[in-house]
Amino acid sequence: MAKPSGTRSVKVYLGMLFLLGIAPLLFQWTNQPFLLDLLSRGLIIGIAALSLNLILGYGGMISLGHVAYLGIGAYCVGIPAYYDIYDGWIHLSLAVVTCALFALITGAVSLRTKGVYFIMITMAFSQMIYFIFLSLEEYGADDGLVIYARSEFPVWINMEGAISMYYWIFGLLILTLFFIHRLVRSRFGRVIIGSKYNDLRMQSLGFNTYGYRLTCYVISAVICGLAGVLLGNFTSFISPEMMSWTRSGELIFMVIIGGTGSLFGPLFGALSFLFLEEALSLITIYWHLIFGGLLIALVLFGKGGIDAWLSKLDK
Amino acid sequence: MKQNMRADSVLFIRSLCKSFGGIKATDDVSLSVCRGGIHAVIGPNGAGKTTLIAQLSGQIRPDSGDIEFDGRSILRAGMAQRARAGLARSFQITSVFREMTILENAMLGVQGAQGHSYRFWAPVHQDQDLADIAMDHLMTVGLHHRSGRIVSSISHGEQRQLEVAMALAMQPKMLLLDEPMAGMGKEETFRMIEILSSVGAEKTILMVEHDMDAVFSLADQLSVMVNGRVIATDSVAKIRSNPEVQKSYLGGSCAKD
Repeated sequence: MAKPSGTRSVKVYLGMLFLLGIAPLLFQWTNQPFLLDLLSRGLIIGIAALSLNLILGYGGMISLGHVAYLGIGAYCVGIPAYYDIYDGWIHLSLAVVTCALFALITGAVSLRTKGVYFIMITMAFSQMIYFIFLSLEEYGADDGLVIYARSEFPVWINMEGAISMYYWIFGLLILTLFFIHRLVRSRFGRVIIGSKYNDLRMQSLGFNTYGYRLTCYVISAVICGLAGVLLGNFTSFISPEMMSWTRSGELIFMVIIGGTGSLFGPLFGALSFLFLEEALSLITIYWHLIFGGLLIALVLFGKGGIDAWLSKLDK
Repeated sequence: MKQNMRADSVLFIRSLCKSFGGIKATDDVSLSVCRGGIHAVIGPNGAGKTTLIAQLSGQIRPDSGDIEFDGRSILRAGMAQRARAGLARSFQITSVFREMTILENAMLGVQGAQGHSYRFWAPVHQDQDLADIAMDHLMTVGLHHRSGRIVSSISHGEQRQLEVAMALAMQPKMLLLDEPMAGMGKEETFRMIEILSSVGAEKTILMVEHDMDAVFSLADQLSVMVNGRVIATDSVAKIRSNPEVQKSYLGGSCAKD
């Protein structure tokens, strides 16, 4: 069973959240707006990685099309904004409904397959979305879409400043972590984890696993869509490129180097991925070469991912 | 006579056929399993015993024929549906969850029998009700004192016992056991015979088994399968003295007894 992350490394996790909580203040004090920007992005992608981990790490469903939901979420901000509709609740509900529907339809088909076929079919569906947005001239096609203002919420939800934006992202991150923490320990979670290890056995125990897996797939897509809404607000420029299947590959990488099936792992993975990418590109223009090598080393030697190393430190 | 038998049976199989390519794995099999008894299916390797179990549990669809369970045809029901209807299966290849504890495995069985699991919030490990029922069934197979152990760290024999406990945890009307003694030593086999005879006192069992000692000491009824066909079904004593069965399967081993 996925190891109960609540026991051993709880101090590491709380410390991590504390650091993330005070980071904007440190950055402001040291006057590093760029780092705040990078960290905000990292947390958004982190939420997307957490959502992917729900199906990949806990459910054993390796989707190579998960960024489609990130993109759909972002376009659910971008397209209404294009028509001067900035109501945040409209953006949010549009993203939730669209992601849930798309996940329900594509999941219903994809989950009929297993293994490599599942990977290929999820990739095919996300490429469909990618090419649809690529051909939508009205919404900028491959030039992308500029979002001129952030989603508008009641006054108490203010996303205008960089720091308040960060704290809304941080808030959704905490919510997502708590939600997944509860979910994987519930009856539903047990069925999902069980069907990852032995789907046939779960069916023979009376579980119609298809329905449970589909539900899990939809939940994961909706969380990723919410991350997309944040991304759309944060970057203020969105393009189909963010939905290309290579992006989904990166997301899988983040989950794996962070630690599949661990609660915090994918967040660590996403943050290290983005910071490493940034740091290496400062050093040399051939950074892809070093980055690729590092990733290979991490996958080869880093069993259990970053989360597993942290657990060892905590022993 | 035949009508009478059918009324008394929990599971009634009629002219079941299943071919893979040119091989008839199940060839016009008809069987009736009496309520409350232990019915064993024996036969050489490749006789189609596991294929039969797989069709009964819903893993494989038969080409033709019918399966009635508890008075209703279950042919169109899927695996999960049949399991919830009270037909629990254990596997020849141990299919327990090695990454979980013994208790967590048994709790899954209870959870499977307790209606839907679309419950997203309450933690399972605090579900005392689930754990208590699971513990009862672990006690039946004698694993209750080791309930916290991770399954990958327990012996093969114990894993086979857990396999039975998981099937029991579903509170089924009938158990389909696919070689419960598979890969066991003498000591472990003896323990399993004890367990199954106590379980068999309360539940109907259809089991496929190779171990003749186990079969002869447990079963009330015996069916012999050869090349996908059931060549004889009768009481244990009569099967042992049936010349056709001795020739095709039991060889000379029975004559010595």
